[in-house]
Amino acid sequence: MSNKITTAQIKHIAELAFIPITENEENSLRGAFEETLDVISELQSMDVSGVEPTNQVTGFENVLREDIVNEENMFSQAEALKNAKHTYDGYFVVPRIINEK
Amino acid sequence: MLSIRMTVILLYHELLMKNNMNHKFTLKQALDELKNNELSLDDLYADINKSIADQNKKLNVYLTLDDKALDKAKKEKNSPLMGVPIALKDNYCTKNLRTTASSTILDNFVPAFESTVSKNLKKAGGVVIGKTNMDAWAHGSSTETSQYGRTLNPRNTDYLPGGSSGGSTAAVAANMCIAALGTETAGSIRQPAAWCGVVGLKPTYGRCSRYGIVAMCSSTDSPGPITKTVEDSAILLNYLAGHDPLEGTTANLEVPDFTKAIDKDIKGLKIGYLYKDLKGLEEITKIFAEEMKVFEKLGATVEVVDAMNPKHGISIYTIVQRGEVSSNLGRYDGIRYGKDRSFFGDEAKRRIMLGTYTLSKGYADQYYNTAQKVRTLYIRDYERLFKIYDVLVAPTSPGFAKKIGATEGQAMFGELEDLLLEASSLSGLPGISIPCYKDNETNLYLGMNIIAPMYREDLVIQVADAFEKATNWNSWRN
Repeated sequence: MSNKITTAQIKHIAELAFIPITENEENSLRGAFEETLDVISELQSMDVSGVEPTNQVTGFENVLREDIVNEENMFSQAEALKNAKHTYDGYFVVPRIINEK
Repeated sequence: MLSIRMTVILLYHELLMKNNMNHKFTLKQALDELKNNELSLDDLYADINKSIADQNKKLNVYLTLDDKALDKAKKEKNSPLMGVPIALKDNYCTKNLRTTASSTILDNFVPAFESTVSKNLKKAGGVVIGKTNMDAWAHGSSTETSQYGRTLNPRNTDYLPGGSSGGSTAAVAANMCIAALGTETAGSIRQPAAWCGVVGLKPTYGRCSRYGIVAMCSSTDSPGPITKTVEDSAILLNYLAGHDPLEGTTANLEVPDFTKAIDKDIKGLKIGYLYKDLKGLEEITKIFAEEMKVFEKLGATVEVVDAMNPKHGISIYTIVQRGEVSSNLGRYDGIRYGKDRSFFGDEAKRRIMLGTYTLSKGYADQYYNTAQKVRTLYIRDYERLFKIYDVLVAPTSPGFAKKIGATEGQAMFGELEDLLLEASSLSGLPGISIPCYKDNETNLYLGMNIIAPMYREDLVIQVADAFEKATNWNSWRN
């Protein structure tokens, strides 16, 4: 069993995952991908027909709580902003994602 | 005459001082002596701070220390944990104390809120003395992926401490705290506990809240104690566990007094011995099978069990964990805190991208959905076994600690080292790793992993405590 991944695929995945990578990284990532896929492909040989998937183990469903304001769990504006690198007038400053024509 | 008398007094004094400075208190001893006024917080902190001053530079255990810890401790004298110094893995958000998850992307992150479990610890009078090194984002089983450098194993510094909670297990082993907290996804408490010769308890998934812990694999992440003895783990778990309205996967169950499982005999218990004939374990099985006889001497029955091969756990864990990592870190934008996404380390990049790939259209069925179905097969297998056995026991790790540098070029290092733990973690089961052998040449330990049905931490504590007290492998009981 051997899985082949192309650098084009790596570039595409990096774009989907919004991770900037260098050309050097493309190659090492390709190797790591193939190594990992070779291991996990063994699952294909398992017979899972009629088996329900387990997405979580607690069995809890629709866990809700009362919608009550709890000041102990609230940030002040200053606390919310204190770790941000760029703020302006009490706001977070985010990178521009739409360029002007 | 006088000079002989003086010499005797001086020697006596020196002996006292020596005792004071090298006490290596367990949590239980520290609490007992503080209660009886045989020990002061000043002396306790002097003892721990000396260990830190002597070793932290070499071992690289703490990323951040709280220099106000002793002052805080002095306000906790009348609380259950009386101000004892506890180390926290650096993925617990601690209010006003830097939290990096060993990732330089969070180098300057000082949380404005506290994780539920560390809040519970503080409410009980535990004091956070510092934050310990780990694999970056908890992605690994060695601490070698930490962007602040690897931690060394205090038992033998040529070796790795394991991970991802390797800083916390090293802190306990090196007496740089009284006890510590770690988190486990599939081995991250128990494997480093085994490699460092300490006790690591992974509670049932949902027993301790994940709120405020840097999210890694949300369907298996479990915070828990790392301690010198089993009893210490029971004491701590009493305070850490419980339902959390802020965390929907915590169990709304009463938390029993886990210390009631201490000093309880195990006569008549049925113990299943897992993976005795597993290929690749031959070397340690020779040692381990001998230790399993201890349970028979204590009146329990031991049977070798025919269980599902654990190897599929590697694949399921890899797929589920990478998928959940890609989702959790997909939300990370570096706008509200931290640096931007270009600062992710190699391991984080690999994991986020692999998860993105295996969850993408056309591959999700082949990988993710199949993995979740095989996960069901393991759960069924454990259900079958727990109808017959009270607990299941196996080695924690396929071997002793690996040498420093062992992870280089090994994309699957952690998954292979956690072979014997993944299936039970994916099933949500509680487990404990305790020292069960020491190699005198290397000074390295082997761990024994004991698992039980969900919410039966009391059983793993009971069986582990009985073993610990019947043997000489625990270095604090000799």
